[in-house]
Amino acid sequence: MPNTILKYKIIIENVKTSSISNFFKVFFTEVTLITKFTANFFKTLFIPPYEFNELIKQCYIVGCKSLPLVGITGFIMGLVLTIQSRPTLAQFGAESWLPAMVGVSIVREIGPVITALICAGKIGSSIGAELASMKVTEQIDAMEVSGINPFKYIVVTRILATTLMIPLLVIFSDAIALFGSFLAVNIKGDVSFILYFAKVFEKLNFLDLAPSLFKTVFFGFAIGLIGCYKGYNSDKGTQGVGASANSAVVMGSLLVFIIDMIAVQLTSIFT
Amino acid sequence: METVIEIEHLKKSFGSNQVLKDISLTLAKGENLVILGKSGTGKSVLIKCIVGLIIPDEGKLTALQKNILELNTKELNVLRKKIGFLFQSAALYDSMSVKENLEFPLRDLKKLKQDEINIKVIETLQNVGLEEAINKMPSELSGGMRKRIGLARTLILNPEIMLYDEPTTGLDPITSKEISSLILEMQKKFNTASIIITHDIECARITANRVIVLNDGICYAEGTFKELEQSNDEKIRGFFI
Repeated sequence: MPNTILKYKIIIENVKTSSISNFFKVFFTEVTLITKFTANFFKTLFIPPYEFNELIKQCYIVGCKSLPLVGITGFIMGLVLTIQSRPTLAQFGAESWLPAMVGVSIVREIGPVITALICAGKIGSSIGAELASMKVTEQIDAMEVSGINPFKYIVVTRILATTLMIPLLVIFSDAIALFGSFLAVNIKGDVSFILYFAKVFEKLNFLDLAPSLFKTVFFGFAIGLIGCYKGYNSDKGTQGVGASANSAVVMGSLLVFIIDMIAVQLTSIFT
Repeated sequence: METVIEIEHLKKSFGSNQVLKDISLTLAKGENLVILGKSGTGKSVLIKCIVGLIIPDEGKLTALQKNILELNTKELNVLRKKIGFLFQSAALYDSMSVKENLEFPLRDLKKLKQDEINIKVIETLQNVGLEEAINKMPSELSGGMRKRIGLARTLILNPEIMLYDEPTTGLDPITSKEISSLILEMQKKFNTASIIITHDIECARITANRVIVLNDGICYAEGTFKELEQSNDEKIRGFFI
């Protein structure tokens, strides 16, 4: 695997120095490497020993430590969306639709995508930088020479943690966003908590909830995968650490949008 | 004397840069072999080939009677547990305490109970004189302490072979001497065979049973420290001035 990566890196370097017309060659080489990395993940995932302790530790880091940021973002998201939408709905005398509209927007699209982007920034960059610095300081090599599979211990646990935790963070963020929206509604009105949420859930059905939660599993997988891929295959030196963190965020965020686009298309086919 | 490492005609290139042109050497059980050489002559590449971190292009590499290039991942991991590797930067796991760092290589030895692991950790820390650092994080340790903990982490598996990658680089002369003495002490205590990569001539003087000078990708000269020290060859004398 490291030799294959080296081979492809040489190709990428050669292409970088030649011409821009080879962009697609670089692109497909990178896609090939990510595919191999993904295949290695699934191959390693089911082979014992299972690193449960490290998985729990990573779930704590990815999940619990992201709660404040995701909560604040969700709260502001719900509050702002409600305040911005209210005048337009009021023009049409449709203010009573506000909870349902905000609820559907948050649960279906804004909640999952914004939370995933926040996580791509916070978690993706952190994983990318951590793994890259582990590589630079030879910690990954040290693990390997101890006879322990570093891919299993470092990569598999982190990808699993993001895949499991990001859907939970999205649920948390959605709930906080709806609470923020409830507060915003009550700035100029007087709606009870029960009535507000009754209105929200009146218009939300299984086909709103299930696909939006299902896609967050893929968001989490993509964020973890790209963070690990960029960090694990980082160039040596401090520049490599920075570049890994940076590209983990950029590529992770881009993948979130691509997955979202595919998910929306698939959902519209089945509904 | 029993040979624990045997390298024959080892070659390794990175792109067009041929780092190892033709390396052949042996390491006997209980022997300290020091490899001297200018930066970029492939000393680190050579020891990384021994543990399978770098795959050579050509040659034969036998460690503890196993041909490393023919082993599968599982067999290689078993062999790696018998070979300790002290990295130049010590490579301690930043997210783990000293205790966790030392426990980490023992994780696959399921027969050991936690009490036995604790005793082993304390014993190993005593061997390197740092039992008080057990609960510290790597960021709280000095360069010399990191090297000692790195050494303790490799010694905890009682390796038959030790590979030291520039063990005294970046340390002050007093700490360097302490680390060199520690290497010698470990050799005497555990009868471990070691390859020590270094630029530090004082470290070589203290630890070496035999010295090899690597130059231009080949083993340029070989002998005891005293023999090489008295050499008139400019390329060898350069290290001893």
